[in-house]
Amino acid sequence: MTTTAPPKTDARPPAGSRRSFPMEITGGSTGVLIAKVIGLGLILALAIGLTPTLIATSNWAFLAILWVITLVILAIYLTGRAVPAKYLLPGTLFLVLFLIYPILLTFQLSTTNYGDGTRTSREAAIARIVGSSAVQVEGGATYGMVIGTSGSTTTGPFVMLLVNSTTGDAYVGSEEDGLQPLDEDAVTIESGVVTEADGYTILTRQEQNSLSSSGQPLDGFSVPAGGDSVIKVQGFQAIEMRTPLVYDEEADTITNTDTGVVYTEQLGPSGDRSFFVDEDGNRLSNQSWGENIGLQNYKRIFTDPAITGPFAGIFAWTLVFAFVSVASTFLLGLLLAVTLNDPRMRFQRGFRSILILPYAIPGFISLMVWAGFWNRDFGLVNDLLGTGIDWLGNATWAKVAVLATNLWMGFPYMFLISTGALQSIPGDLKEAASIDGATGFTQFRKIVFPLLMVATAPLLVSSFAFNFNNFNAIQLLTEGGPFTPDNPTAGGTDILISYTYRLAFGSAGQQIGFASAVSVVLFVLTGVIAAIQFRGTRALEEMN
Amino acid sequence: MRKSLLSVAAVASVTLLLTACGGGGGGTDATGDSTATTDASAEATGDAGASADPSAPPVRGNEDLVVWTDATKLDAVTAVAQAFGEANGITVGVQAIVNTRSDFITANQAGNGPDVLVGAHDWIGQLVANGAIDPLQISADSLSGYSEKAVTAVTYNGQLMGIPYGVESLVLYCNKTYAPDTYATLDDAIAAGQAAKDAGSVQSALNIPQGVNGDPYHMQPLFTSAGGYLFGLDATGTPDANDLGVGTDAGIAAAQKIATLGDAGSKVLSTAITNDNAISLFAQGQAGCLISGPWALSDVEAGLGADGYTVQPIPGFAGMSPAEPFMGAQAFYVASNGQNKSFAQAFVTGTSGGGLNSEEAMTTLFEGTNLPPAMTSVRATAAASDPLIGVFGDAADAAYPMPAIPAMDQVWTPLGQAYAAIIGGADPASTMTTAAQTISSAIASS
Repeated sequence: MTTTAPPKTDARPPAGSRRSFPMEITGGSTGVLIAKVIGLGLILALAIGLTPTLIATSNWAFLAILWVITLVILAIYLTGRAVPAKYLLPGTLFLVLFLIYPILLTFQLSTTNYGDGTRTSREAAIARIVGSSAVQVEGGATYGMVIGTSGSTTTGPFVMLLVNSTTGDAYVGSEEDGLQPLDEDAVTIESGVVTEADGYTILTRQEQNSLSSSGQPLDGFSVPAGGDSVIKVQGFQAIEMRTPLVYDEEADTITNTDTGVVYTEQLGPSGDRSFFVDEDGNRLSNQSWGENIGLQNYKRIFTDPAITGPFAGIFAWTLVFAFVSVASTFLLGLLLAVTLNDPRMRFQRGFRSILILPYAIPGFISLMVWAGFWNRDFGLVNDLLGTGIDWLGNATWAKVAVLATNLWMGFPYMFLISTGALQSIPGDLKEAASIDGATGFTQFRKIVFPLLMVATAPLLVSSFAFNFNNFNAIQLLTEGGPFTPDNPTAGGTDILISYTYRLAFGSAGQQIGFASAVSVVLFVLTGVIAAIQFRGTRALEEMN
Repeated sequence: MRKSLLSVAAVASVTLLLTACGGGGGGTDATGDSTATTDASAEATGDAGASADPSAPPVRGNEDLVVWTDATKLDAVTAVAQAFGEANGITVGVQAIVNTRSDFITANQAGNGPDVLVGAHDWIGQLVANGAIDPLQISADSLSGYSEKAVTAVTYNGQLMGIPYGVESLVLYCNKTYAPDTYATLDDAIAAGQAAKDAGSVQSALNIPQGVNGDPYHMQPLFTSAGGYLFGLDATGTPDANDLGVGTDAGIAAAQKIATLGDAGSKVLSTAITNDNAISLFAQGQAGCLISGPWALSDVEAGLGADGYTVQPIPGFAGMSPAEPFMGAQAFYVASNGQNKSFAQAFVTGTSGGGLNSEEAMTTLFEGTNLPPAMTSVRATAAASDPLIGVFGDAADAAYPMPAIPAMDQVWTPLGQAYAAIIGGADPASTMTTAAQTISSAIASS
């Protein structure tokens, strides 16, 4: 991730060599120049093209960042002053864009309660809770409806032109004057709706539709119809409705006017969201709203007994799973690679092609198939072995099954990298060793293996980190199970990622804020482990 | 319960993306592979360009009415939506979305979701908690045209949240070779299957998918027939989260009955029968009977032949209550944040002009999905030409609408694990009590 800049030279390069920089506008072939102009032009065009959208959506931060990046790119590639930056910039930009930015976003998300039930703002949630309580007035009328206007068809003022579906009487309804009967002579009624009315222009359905979307003049258009009932639009009908819930802004309470029950805001038991509840604690609605909750999600990770209780055991198994997966796949892969690397071996290519087959099958499919193989009564494994082991139903056997499957899935990768590394070891080293009297195994142990490790150790570290979070292998094979009824949250084969996935998404909807916090913690954990391992691999490199 | 693998993958990819950096290059590859939010948009009108980028989130079409559904219902939904579009002179777009529910919630919140959503009724709890759909008003007259259970299913907190078009529930399939009759009790069906198993003709008397983690959905008919219940009903007929039946005497008694069919008893139930192999084993003639839904029909028919099997509503145990599997309804919902609310409401609640709330539209939907219609008149016509539709419909009418309350989410995992343990020989009383405690405390803390 870090790139060393080329050493800076104090002296200006001689004029001749300056011209050899291909990216400079003053030099290079015409083709390069054209490519450069087109490339930079495209970047500039992209920035200009995005600007109106960003201004329209008030995304000022993005707008600023976009132009800073664009100007930096233009400055670097047009002036020819910052030569090292030319090579560093693309990598750095992508690093920021695809790695640092998502991590920052994830961290930001982890300080909120974002998830199911908390996606809206508080105002929107209250409006929705109150609005959704609207019911049709008992025996209330329904009307065939069109929207009319005495002014402009885009700005109004608008009225409802209504025809009662049962009586056929026509009315005009407006927000100010409520419902007024229309003179029969002044309107034309066809199949239950007004088609012409004196003094009004009637909107087409398309016009009504586009004016009804959120924020438009007809959004929430309703006409008072006496008492607490209003006439509301539903599609191209209007219905006499009433809303029993009323939000009192001053007291910050919601009252049900039918029952007189008052609902007040109260923090829910999960500690990250509030609900409107009555005196007995019964919720008015399961809808809550989004809030910044600081480090509450992190606090939950480290204090919730449901998480901290099984943590030690699961963490230990995660380490064992990752270590054994890497060790077993590497040993098998290496063994096969060494065997097939022997020049006396025939059909090398054929064997190699067969051996990488498991790697060529998509992991998802392999895991599903293997899940079937391990079935107690109908599975291939028990059939072949003639045993009746409940592979996936017994915690110990399930661990064996998971490791064995992962071995099958992972050894071709290790086989490939070992083969590659073996072939890059110069033959004269081995020759020198045998002249010194080293036998085959000593040669391998003292010469080949250390050289091999230099090349493969970093890959083993990354493979460890991958298996540490190998969600698919667990979820698709055992779903973390088997479970015991007294602890349904931590299964016999659960690794940290599958365990926390179940905590965040397994029940009670999606807790994305909490899941983000878990991601951040796992990211740190994996990073620390990888850092320690990379430190360890340095010793290998010194051997060279 | 059946959380899609795709959402699993999407979440996994987020974590992998973050952790990849600690592990060098190896991990980043997984990000691309497991981001499975595929945009399978298919345009009904063909005038909106869909992005073919598999990693992009679904993009809303630009039509006057946009409907999101899943791929299996695409053709049927397209047919009714187009009829509405033609009747009203507007363009319609029907898009098949892989993660229909979660993508809908996210997109609706962001203001670029569809106008109408099609999906199962047990989504309603989550959709309402997110304020993602609007209640609907249709006349009592119209409402009485639908089967009572279907209306119950789509009613939430006393409000009608969707217009149901199809119903489904578990039924009992039997292989005619080994269990030729329709059975008045489940015991009789098991006995027929057991005889075939003892004779070595089949490997299993009755396939009820459980797997090592259990499956309360498929166990529900047995649990209810033996006297168990999940949630009691409150005064308004809504399931009451505070009245959990799992650990009650009735629940324990039912679990004891289940235990007699497990490893310690007659071995009819087995954790080796999973959702992956239950249907295929039965279709291969390796099981006497099968408890599954209408979705198993095509496999069963392909395996056993059109005349090789029987279908009937699941009978209860001898001398016990009737079996009440969960009933599911498929319904249309109006998005709370759609851009074409007028057309959406007219489409979903309309009784004429191509509106869904009509025999014509419901017949089209039936022909496209082959799901027993929720509208009783349409079902009667369908059952007259295809008796199986009548059987599936009767089974759904005898079933119990799956509670859409959020507390239900807390039930699936612990109860499934309890069932798996009980089948394996664990003590039913203590296992169910433990499961009930786990469920109650999870409900209380959410």
